[in-house]
Amino acid sequence: MRLPDKVVERALLLLALSSVAVLASIAFFIVREGAPLIYRVGLSNFFSTDWHPTAGRFGILFMLVGSLAVTVGALALGVPLGISCAIVLGEMAPPRARRILKPAIEILAGIPSVVYGFMGIVVVLPWIREHLGGPGASGLAAAVILGIMILPTIIAISLDALEAVPMSYRDGSLAMGATEWQTVRRVVLPAARSGIVAAVILGTGRAVGETMAVVMVAGNAVQLPHSPLDPLRTLTANLALEMGYATGDHRAALFATGIVLFLIVLSLNGAAGLARRRRRPRPRPRRTASVAGVPASERIPPSPVSDP
Amino acid sequence: MADVPRAAKLRTDGLNVHYGDFHALKNVTAVIGERRLTALIGPSGCGKSTFLRVFNRMNDRVAGCRVEGIVELDGQPLYRRGVDIEALRRQVGMVFQRPNPFPLSIFENVVFGPRIHALAAGAELEAVAERCLGAVGLWDDLKDRLDDSALTITPEQMQRLCIARAIAVEPDVLLMDEPCSSLDPIATLRIESLMRELSHRYTILVVTHNMQQAARISDDTGFLLLGELVELGPTATVFTRPRDRRTEDYVTGGFG
Ligand SMILES: Nc1ncnc2c1ncn2[C@@H]1O[C@H](COP(=O)(O)OP(=O)(O)OP(=O)(O)O)[C@@H](O)[C@H]1O
Ligand SMILES: [Mg+2]
Repeated sequence: MRLPDKVVERALLLLALSSVAVLASIAFFIVREGAPLIYRVGLSNFFSTDWHPTAGRFGILFMLVGSLAVTVGALALGVPLGISCAIVLGEMAPPRARRILKPAIEILAGIPSVVYGFMGIVVVLPWIREHLGGPGASGLAAAVILGIMILPTIIAISLDALEAVPMSYRDGSLAMGATEWQTVRRVVLPAARSGIVAAVILGTGRAVGETMAVVMVAGNAVQLPHSPLDPLRTLTANLALEMGYATGDHRAALFATGIVLFLIVLSLNGAAGLARRRRRPRPRPRRTASVAGVPASERIPPSPVSDP
Repeated sequence: MADVPRAAKLRTDGLNVHYGDFHALKNVTAVIGERRLTALIGPSGCGKSTFLRVFNRMNDRVAGCRVEGIVELDGQPLYRRGVDIEALRRQVGMVFQRPNPFPLSIFENVVFGPRIHALAAGAELEAVAERCLGAVGLWDDLKDRLDDSALTITPEQMQRLCIARAIAVEPDVLLMDEPCSSLDPIATLRIESLMRELSHRYTILVVTHNMQQAARISDDTGFLLLGELVELGPTATVFTRPRDRRTEDYVTGGFG
């Protein structure tokens, strides 16, 4: 049975390598198409506010600001909500509720973004128009939709981080007379911090990269938004809207925008990886809260203490 | 019991504990003397940890666990509606089998209890840290490393730190569940002498798998077998003239 193992191993390695190769060729392609344009117009022009592709002026600053504003707004909504949900699910809800809600949240992550955009058009835009004014389609609308869209990412990864915190920390804290909430705030959250930071960073990456839902609700005007109620255009929306008909330098400028997005998302993922690696709590068996199970900590035979 | 010490700190009468259908402690009647070091011995799975956790109500955390019968601290029932569990656990501290310092700094570990119970603040906390680390023999070693993570010290230091953390809220009782079982023999001996020292100030109930350890350090010894408290009395008596045949078998078997 040695040979088949080897064969499978090789095949898997080949598959893994080919996915890396695909990724590398995408990166290479984007850079080849976009980099010469940045070089030609110069960085200061490329990051200017002047986006007139027909006149050969390719400044992406308004779109960069748009992406930034929408992302910050989405985080302001999604991070507190997502982390709170993770705490309630992981630390307070009975295990049965967790078993039902966790998969439900994972399903939320699988809903196509066009559906979120549709909900935005049907629910969020009219609400903003009626209660807050403005055209409805706006940075605020995009931030709200994105804030909801990043919830599954933030909840799921934060929940994993909370679940990785050894039960012995909670036992130690509760045995000191700490309340459940003090235990969460003073022991569990600090222990899970790096994982939660990773969750936020990955959520950020998702918000920056999301396209369809944003195109549907943001209004897409190329301008500096002066209030959350103003329409704005993000980098991704710009790509999606103009790629269909762009040619020549215009097309190259969109690829150059792709480089910027690629770099942002890449560095966010890198940062998330770093955050996860740092100060990870030592993995210990988590005491299963199940009725039948003997606590994991009790199942481990005591290490023999040889007598002097 | 014949040899019961005068001042009872902890007392149980007709204590029964069930995990679901499993009868883990059977009709246990015991008196734990104040400021005495009481060791609990018995084979694996006989209910020693369960018995210990009755006194700080940590069994409440186990789904399906039921505690019935009289359990008292200083004559006050612990399992009555309205008992303040946080206050109880402040009075009855616990040290676990595996050292479990929090992933915080050494300083924050020691002052954890005083902070959450609002016993001290600001500069007082520094004093608490010095006093408690001093009491467990860590101050000289760690006084320059108070802001280092508590996960960077040796297992023995971790267990001492956990003891320091437990005594920082000035409890009356310390429950210790095999506090030396993850330490090497030398560290074990040193923690034992620390426990002896502490027994002058605290009522200590310690579970041990190691009969020599019980004989070395305890004033009283209790022998649990299959959920039953077979015998509880002065250590010398339990080890040399046990009243119950089963105790004698266990004690001599363990030595032989
Ligand atoms: N959460 C639980 N659910 C079901 N049964 C349990 C649970 N915790 C303990 N038990 C059972 O209760 C009995 C007593 O357990 P306990 O942990 O008190 O024993 P112990 O004397 O401390 O054992 P050890 O020496 O191995 O630590 C064991 O038979 C164990 O299987
Ligand atoms: Mg035990």
